[in-house]
Amino acid sequence: MILLVTGMVAACGGTPTPNEATSTKNTPTEVAPRAVAVKQAHGIPMGSFDELEYLFHLDTDTTYIINFWATWCKPCVAELPYFEQLTAAYADQPVKVRLISLDFPKQIESRLLPFIEKNQLQSEVWVLDDPDANSWIDKVSPQWSGAIPATVVYRRDQRGFWEQSFESYEELNTIVKPFIKN
Amino acid sequence: MKQFLVMLIGLALLGTGMTACSTASNEEGNAEATTTSEADVNVNQAPEAQAVAVNNEADQLTGYQVGDKATDFKLMGTDDKEHSLGDMADVKGYVITFTCNHCPYSVLYEDRLIDFHNAYAAKGYPVIAINPNDPRVQPEDSIELMKERAKEKSFPFLYLFDEGQAIYPQYGATRTPHVFLLDKDMVVRYIGAIDNNAREASAVTEKYLEKAIEALEAGQQPDPNFTKAVGCTIKAKKS
Repeated sequence: MILLVTGMVAACGGTPTPNEATSTKNTPTEVAPRAVAVKQAHGIPMGSFDELEYLFHLDTDTTYIINFWATWCKPCVAELPYFEQLTAAYADQPVKVRLISLDFPKQIESRLLPFIEKNQLQSEVWVLDDPDANSWIDKVSPQWSGAIPATVVYRRDQRGFWEQSFESYEELNTIVKPFIKN
Repeated sequence: MKQFLVMLIGLALLGTGMTACSTASNEEGNAEATTTSEADVNVNQAPEAQAVAVNNEADQLTGYQVGDKATDFKLMGTDDKEHSLGDMADVKGYVITFTCNHCPYSVLYEDRLIDFHNAYAAKGYPVIAINPNDPRVQPEDSIELMKERAKEKSFPFLYLFDEGQAIYPQYGATRTPHVFLLDKDMVVRYIGAIDNNAREASAVTEKYLEKAIEALEAGQQPDPNFTKAVGCTIKAKKS
């Protein structure tokens, strides 16, 4: 699968995207635990909730910070710099920020890629393409009403959920810190 | 289907790389409703300058549950008149929909709400749209711009403004759009989404709201009586 992804990115050449340019950051580093081939759209991994659900249950020492956002969501965009700061601050530690975009597939090329490029996003960006939100919101967290932004932090069985915006890096880091393995 | 496509792309790639690309890009070309932008904001700008809404968890806990009796309100509409539920004659229920101008998900449902009202108001279930956002946080949601939007789209339903934001926390609305179906006694009978596909009306397979009203008409409990959907946070005034 990794070969195939690499092949696709290479084969699709054309306009270079930030995700291709920073492929070490944005290429999924874990292989799905079952035979799921995560589709790529313009170099961005994209899937239904079923296809991406494993991202919420990886049994490793890594602390995962998963943020639901979209380019059209003002409070989401406002807090992205803090997630980027997390990625930078914990670059040498087992900490991974994943930005799960709810931008619609047809907006990937027109909005999402330009946004990633303009802001030079370093955190991994994924696209969740699954309109039947009622079927998967509770699987992310029963506490989630569906409003974005929303953030999951977990490491193994330790898990937290926040349906809110973070107003500073410190506020975000305060909730992340207790999850990080020392 | 998706797995098949991925396989197909993979196979094509092994043979002719370029064919795979055109397959992939055609697949991306599916038409969808265009959404408006909530934010054209550079992420590197000083975040302090951005409007940030914090969703208060307490609001969710104190909001209505199915079975609760809703309290009435008096809110100004885009018709420059104040409206209360109690003023409405000959109704069998109220389709209270927290929605707004700016949110792309609200915009995606505008036409469906219009059709819904046109089909169900005559049966006794009018749509009552309420904008819960603070226009100081979200300028597109001011009463003036609500009036403009109502006119542009010829909203056949009431479009009210929750000025002071006292009503949406009572209901426990957390996002736009967010529907609360009340029966004629103002008892909450259904909370949640309009249907199961915001993006594409033609791809809807579950019309939750319509089903809930049909259940009430048949003297039954709506099932499901609670659903969730992706939406925009309600923009609360900054303390």
